[in-house]
Amino acid sequence: MSDAAPRMMALPVGSIGHKSFGWWGMMTVIMTEASLFAYLLFAYFYFLVHYGHGWIAEKPGLALAAPNTAILLLSSLFVWWAESCAARDRRGAQAVGLAIGVVLGVIFLAIQILEWREKPFTIASTSYGSSYFITTGFHMAHVVVGVLMLAAVLLWSLLGYFDSRRRAPISIAAVYWHFVDLVWLAIFFTFYLTPYIG
Amino acid sequence: MAVADIDRSPKLQPQNEPTALRLAGLWAGEGGLRGWLSSVDHKEYGKRYIITAFVFLALGGVEALVMRLQLAGPNKTLLTPEQYNQLFSMHGLTMIFLYAQPVLSGFSVFLFPLILGTRDMAFPRLNAFSYWIYLLSGLFIYAGFLIGYGPNDGWFNYAPYALKPYNPGPNMDFYALGMILFGVSSTAGATNFVVTFLRARAPGMSINRAPILAWGTVTASFGILFSVPAVSLAFFMLWTDRQFGTHFFDPAGRGQPLLWQHLFWIFAHPWVYVVALPAMGIVSDALPIFCRRPLVGYTVVVLASVATMVMGFGVWLHHMFATGIPFLALSFFSAASFVITVPSAVAVFAWIATIWTGRPVLSTAFLFFAGFIVMFVIGGVSGVMTAAAPSDQQLTDTYFVVAHIHYVLIGINVLAVMGGLYVWFPKMTGRLLDERLGRWNFWTVFIGFNLAFLPMHWTGLAGMPRRIYTYPQGLGWSAVNLVTTIGAFILAFGVLLLFVNIWISRRRGVVAGPDPWGGPTLEWAVSSPPPPYDFAVIPAVASRHPLWEDALQEAAGKSSLTRGMALDDGKEMLVTTALDAEPVAIQKMPDDSLAPLLTAIAATALAVAALRHAWIAAGLVTLVLLAVLFFWLWPRRALGQVAERKHV
Ligand code: HEM
Ligand SMILES: [Cu+2]
Repeated sequence: MSDAAPRMMALPVGSIGHKSFGWWGMMTVIMTEASLFAYLLFAYFYFLVHYGHGWIAEKPGLALAAPNTAILLLSSLFVWWAESCAARDRRGAQAVGLAIGVVLGVIFLAIQILEWREKPFTIASTSYGSSYFITTGFHMAHVVVGVLMLAAVLLWSLLGYFDSRRRAPISIAAVYWHFVDLVWLAIFFTFYLTPYIG
Repeated sequence: MAVADIDRSPKLQPQNEPTALRLAGLWAGEGGLRGWLSSVDHKEYGKRYIITAFVFLALGGVEALVMRLQLAGPNKTLLTPEQYNQLFSMHGLTMIFLYAQPVLSGFSVFLFPLILGTRDMAFPRLNAFSYWIYLLSGLFIYAGFLIGYGPNDGWFNYAPYALKPYNPGPNMDFYALGMILFGVSSTAGATNFVVTFLRARAPGMSINRAPILAWGTVTASFGILFSVPAVSLAFFMLWTDRQFGTHFFDPAGRGQPLLWQHLFWIFAHPWVYVVALPAMGIVSDALPIFCRRPLVGYTVVVLASVATMVMGFGVWLHHMFATGIPFLALSFFSAASFVITVPSAVAVFAWIATIWTGRPVLSTAFLFFAGFIVMFVIGGVSGVMTAAAPSDQQLTDTYFVVAHIHYVLIGINVLAVMGGLYVWFPKMTGRLLDERLGRWNFWTVFIGFNLAFLPMHWTGLAGMPRRIYTYPQGLGWSAVNLVTTIGAFILAFGVLLLFVNIWISRRRGVVAGPDPWGGPTLEWAVSSPPPPYDFAVIPAVASRHPLWEDALQEAAGKSSLTRGMALDDGKEMLVTTALDAEPVAIQKMPDDSLAPLLTAIAATALAVAALRHAWIAAGLVTLVLLAVLFFWLWPRRALGQVAERKHV
C-alpha cells in the first residue's frame, strides 16, 4: 500500500475563485498591461513637456467622450452585478449582466469610432495625432479583448459550466474588464481633461 | 569532487508503489511526434529552452568570430561596412535576447517545480507556449538575416537611423515585429514564474525558505512584467513610424528621437538584471553545495536582489549621459547608479564569505562559480567607471564599453550557466558531465575570455570606437586587436569543449543517482531524471535545507519527503498561500495539447502577414488565433468535480 498519508484536510478542488492560479495570472497580466499604458501616457507627457500646449492642435471636445465614459463605467457596474449573481447561483441574472456588459462594450467601441472619424487630424499628421490614435487604439484593442472574454464566459455560463462553487473564469474576465475601464479613465483624464487644466 | 565521494543513498520516494504507478499513468505524456509537440511537461521545456539557447549562443559566437577576424588587423576587407553592421547587431541581439534570458528561463522552467516541491508550473500550457513563441521569434529575426535583411542598427537600434528614410529595407521591421513576439514570450514566462512561485510552493515552504534561484527568477519576472511593455511599445511605434507615417521618433512631424532612447533604456537597464539575477541565484544556490555549508546571509542576498531590481528601474538615464540631458538629471542618475552597486557588492561578499568559511570542493562547477565572482567584480568596477558621468563622456561608444558588456554578460551569465549545467545536468539526464573535460572547458573559457576582453579596456582608453568595421594602421590598436582575436578563438574553443562534453556524457557519463553532490534542496530528493510527476507525495518542508536537516540541526521541525498528500485523483497540484505556503486548494492541471504550439504559429504568421502588408491574411490569421485560444481556454467538466473520491 502506498505510504502516502491520507489527505490532511478537506481542500476545495478545482478553480476556486481568488484561490485559483488563473486569478493570480490575470493579476500579473494586468500589471504588465498597466505598465504598457503608463508608457503610452509617458510618451504623451514627454511630448507635452517638449512642445508645450501648442503641441495639442485644439482642445478635444467632450460631447462624445464624456457620455462614452459613462457607458463604460455602467458596463463595469453590470459585470460586477453579474459576478455577484454568480456567487448566489442566480444563473439567469448572471447571464443578463454579462450580456449587458458585452452590449455596452460594443456601444463604447462604436461611439469611439465615430469620435475617431470626427477628428480633424490623422495618425500621420503630427506626433499629437500619432499619440492620440495609438493610445486610444491600444485601449480599443483591449476593449475588444475584454468584450470577447465576456462573450466567452457568457457562452460558457449559458452552457452551464459555472455555478456558485465554480466561477473563477467569470471573476477573471470581470477583473480584466474593470481594469480596461480604469485605464480608460486615465486616458480620458490625460487626453481630454488635462488640456483644459493647463 | 571525486566520483567515489558521491553519496548515492536514495533519499528517494518509492517508484513502484501503487500511488507512484497511478501518478505515472496520469502525468506521462504520449510518445511519438505528436506527443513531443503537444507535451506540457516542464522538464521537457526546461531542456528545450537550454538547448535552443545554446544553439543561439553558437550562432552569436560564430558572428562574433567573423567580426574578430575582420578586426584582427588594420584595413582588413573581409566584411563590408553593411555586413559588419548586421553582424554586430545580430550578435548583440542574439546573445542578449535569444541566449542570455532564455537559457536562464530554461534552468528555472526545469527547476522551479522541483525546488519548490510541486509537480509542474502553474500554467503548463502557457509554459509550452512561451517556449514555442521564443523559438519562432528567433527564427523570424534570423529569417530576415538570412535573406540579407538583418537588423543593422545595433541591438539598441537608435532612431533616427532606424527610421525609413535612412533605413528603407525591411531590416528594422524584422527586428521590430520579432521583438514584439519575443516580448510575448517573456511576458508569458514571467507570469508563470510569478504565479508558480507565489502559489505553488510545497506546504511549509514559507517565503523565507524558498531557494534563492527562485527568488532571483521571480524578481527578474517582475522586472519583465514592468519593463517589457516599454520596449514592445517602442518597437510597435517604430514600426508604425516606418509603415504608417506616424511621428513618434522623427523630428519632422514633431517627433522626438530621444523618446526611443528613453523607452528603450527604461526596458534595457532592468533587462541587465533580468539576465543577471537568476544567474546569481544559480550561484547562490549551487555554490554552497560545493562549500558544504549554507549560504552566508540568505536574507540579505534576497533583499539585495529585490532592491537591485527595484532600483534598476531608476537608473536608465545612465545610458544617455552623452545625449545632452540636463545637469540635474545627470547628477541624479549618476549618483543612483553608484548606489545600485551596493546590493551587488552585498551578494559578492556573501559568496566570498561562504567560500571562506566553508570546506570548498574544487569541482568544475566550483571553478566556474569562482571565476564568475572574479569577473563579476571586474565588470562591476568598469561599470562604476561608466556610471560616473564625467568618465562616461570619455568612455562612451569606445571598446571600453564593449569590454564592460562582456565582463558583465559572460561573467555573470555564461559562467554561472556553465557552472549550473555541471551541477544540474545529472538531474536533467541522469548522468554526470565529465570532470576532466570540464576542467579543460573551464580554463580555456576563462583564459580565452580574459585574453580577449581585458585588453579591450585598453583599446577603449586608447580611443578605439565601438561599431567600426575597420581601422587604419599606426594608431597603436593593431597588436591589441590581434591578441583579442586570438583570445576570442580560445574562448570559442572552450565553449565547444562544453558542447563536446554534453554530447559524450549524455550517453556515456557516470550514472548520477538522485543526489550526486549531496545537495540541500528538494530536487535532490527525487530520482535523476525525475519521474513525470516529480514528487509522488507533495513534500512538507520545515526548513531552508530539507536534505541537510540532519547535518545542520538548525530546524525546529523536520521536513517530510515520504509522507504527504498524494493528489492522485487526476492531474492535480496543490495551491498554497503566498507568504506561508499553507494549502488552500487542489488545482486540476491541463492535459497535453497542441493549442500552445498552434497559438504560437498563428501569432508568428500574424507577424509575417504584417511584415508583408497582407492585411486580409492578417485578419484571417487573427480569427484562427482567437479560435485556438477559445478552445485552449474551454472549461472542462472535470474541473467541476466537487466530491472527493475516497482512496488511500
Ligand atoms: C566568443 C565570444 C565573443 C566575442 C569574440 C564577442 C565579440 C564581440 C564584438 C567584436 C562585438 C562588436 C563590437 C563593436 O564593433 O562594437 C561585440 C558586441 C557585443 N557583444 Fe559580444 N562577443 C562574444 C560573446 C558575447 C556574449 C556571450 C554576449 C552576451 C551574453 C555578448 C554580448 C555583446 C553585446 C550586447 C554587444 C553589443 C552589440 C552592439 O554593439 O549593439 N557577446 N561582441
Ligand atoms: Cu544600465
